[in-house]
Amino acid sequence: MSKFQFPESIASRPTYGSLKSRPGKAHLMIADAEGAEAILDLAAQDAGLMAKSHVIYIPSGSGAGLSERLRGLKPAQYYEGPSYAAAVPRIRRVLSDAHMGLQVYLCGTEGLMGQAMNEATAAGIPHSAIQTEHRGSIARRMQCVHCKGITENVTTDPFVCAHCGLNLFVRDHYSRRLAAFQGVCIDAEDPGNVPNPVELYK
Amino acid sequence: MTAAPQNTKAGAEKIAVTVSAVVPLNDLVTRFEFTRPDGAAFPPFSAGAHTVVEMRDQGRTRLNPYSLMSDPSDPSIYAISVRRDDQGRGGSLFMHRNVKVGDAMTLTYPVNLFSLDLRGRKHVFLAGGIGITPFMAMIAQLEQSNGNWELHYACRSEALGTYADQLRSHYPNKVHVYFDDQNQAIGLEDLLDGQPLGTHVYVCGPKGMIDWVHTTAAEHGWPSENVHSEEFLAPQPGKPFEVRLCKSDITIQVGEHESLLEAMERCGVDAPFLCRGGACGQCETDVVEADGEFVHRDHWLDDDDHACGKKIMPCVSRFVGKTLVLDR
Ligand code: FES
Repeated sequence: MSKFQFPESIASRPTYGSLKSRPGKAHLMIADAEGAEAILDLAAQDAGLMAKSHVIYIPSGSGAGLSERLRGLKPAQYYEGPSYAAAVPRIRRVLSDAHMGLQVYLCGTEGLMGQAMNEATAAGIPHSAIQTEHRGSIARRMQCVHCKGITENVTTDPFVCAHCGLNLFVRDHYSRRLAAFQGVCIDAEDPGNVPNPVELYK
Repeated sequence: MTAAPQNTKAGAEKIAVTVSAVVPLNDLVTRFEFTRPDGAAFPPFSAGAHTVVEMRDQGRTRLNPYSLMSDPSDPSIYAISVRRDDQGRGGSLFMHRNVKVGDAMTLTYPVNLFSLDLRGRKHVFLAGGIGITPFMAMIAQLEQSNGNWELHYACRSEALGTYADQLRSHYPNKVHVYFDDQNQAIGLEDLLDGQPLGTHVYVCGPKGMIDWVHTTAAEHGWPSENVHSEEFLAPQPGKPFEVRLCKSDITIQVGEHESLLEAMERCGVDAPFLCRGGACGQCETDVVEADGEFVHRDHWLDDDDHACGKKIMPCVSRFVGKTLVLDR
């Protein structure tokens, strides 16, 4: 099991729960990588659930064997894609056809959950009614507050902005709209004085 | 539960009004329209708001909340529709029997505890009987912005279908009326099924109807954030009891047919309130000492608050026992 307990932080930092089967005619599950494990656990709670479920899965390279097991749950619809971006048109389509009562379950990395959460809230579901469960990598999706570029999969603090090259400090300050944490220049006062990057949560 | 609003004035600001029209609508319901004697515009309100009407009934002051049902875009009048309740505490009877065109009255500024969630893609209104009133204002407001709404309105009979004809003729495709005496009922399950994402449901009517809508929507997987309701509780009679108000340094008696809040007001204590129906939280009062049982009836405090006996909502809740001391 790849569950990580994030330490308590500021209110801005999202927190995640564990998925519970809820009543509803239709269920949408969006997962990446080890997020598949959370769907497997969820399916084990409720035998009738998967027959009403649409699963959208992005293996991201670390889904070894997990795709097979997800398919084995026999969801009503199953989609697997190479990246989150590739899955977005499908997610939008499913949400635009959906009705009240749809249950949304997001699981896997923070970047996936945050972005999929945005799609679901834009479709009219209150964020507090969307379930999430973190699994797998603790890598973050970061926005450079200076150039506004997004750097995916950040695992160290500080890190170098993939767009403008500034050395950025990893903050817990989160933007739901951007589905990203904020990265702030760490050596603005004293250019070049950059602490050695350390792995997040190590 | 969040803390009570900070303003601890007794009630909202007041507005002097003149009764400009009294329009009987059917055997039970009459509309009262008010204008301002100085001709000034009324404070703007959002649909779903209520006002508290002050009635001077032979030396007794009655304060009853009513939903504003006039068009929020019309600042020249406020209107309420009052159902006569022959078994009630007398406020609605006073309105029906005593209030005449030209009378001077006092209303409070509107307070909205039942507002539209304007993020909603669609608004489904469920009204039972006189619960139609807030929806009259909501419909007017949404029509201004070309909002997506529909109304399902259950009434006892054609004769008592307050505003039913008017609504049906204005909005034939959006208004659905159900008459109890013709064995018609709102098909709630079918109605909830198939609504687009982002739909909000609003219910105003008897308690049983409100509970039914909340329960059925939850069973259908609706988020509680999308289900809105408003129920004003009328204070219920109960055994008289004695209360010590330590800040005011007096001991008062609460009579069988008055609420604790009304008893405080009768004794000249400036106690805060807004809704007088257990919904807004404004009257929340700390208990200093209690030896006895609380009769909590509000929708404001949560179960833990009710169990711990440290707080009471004087507008609707009572007490049975030896000693009650409040921080008021
Ligand atoms: S006055 Fe609103 S809860 Fe008592």
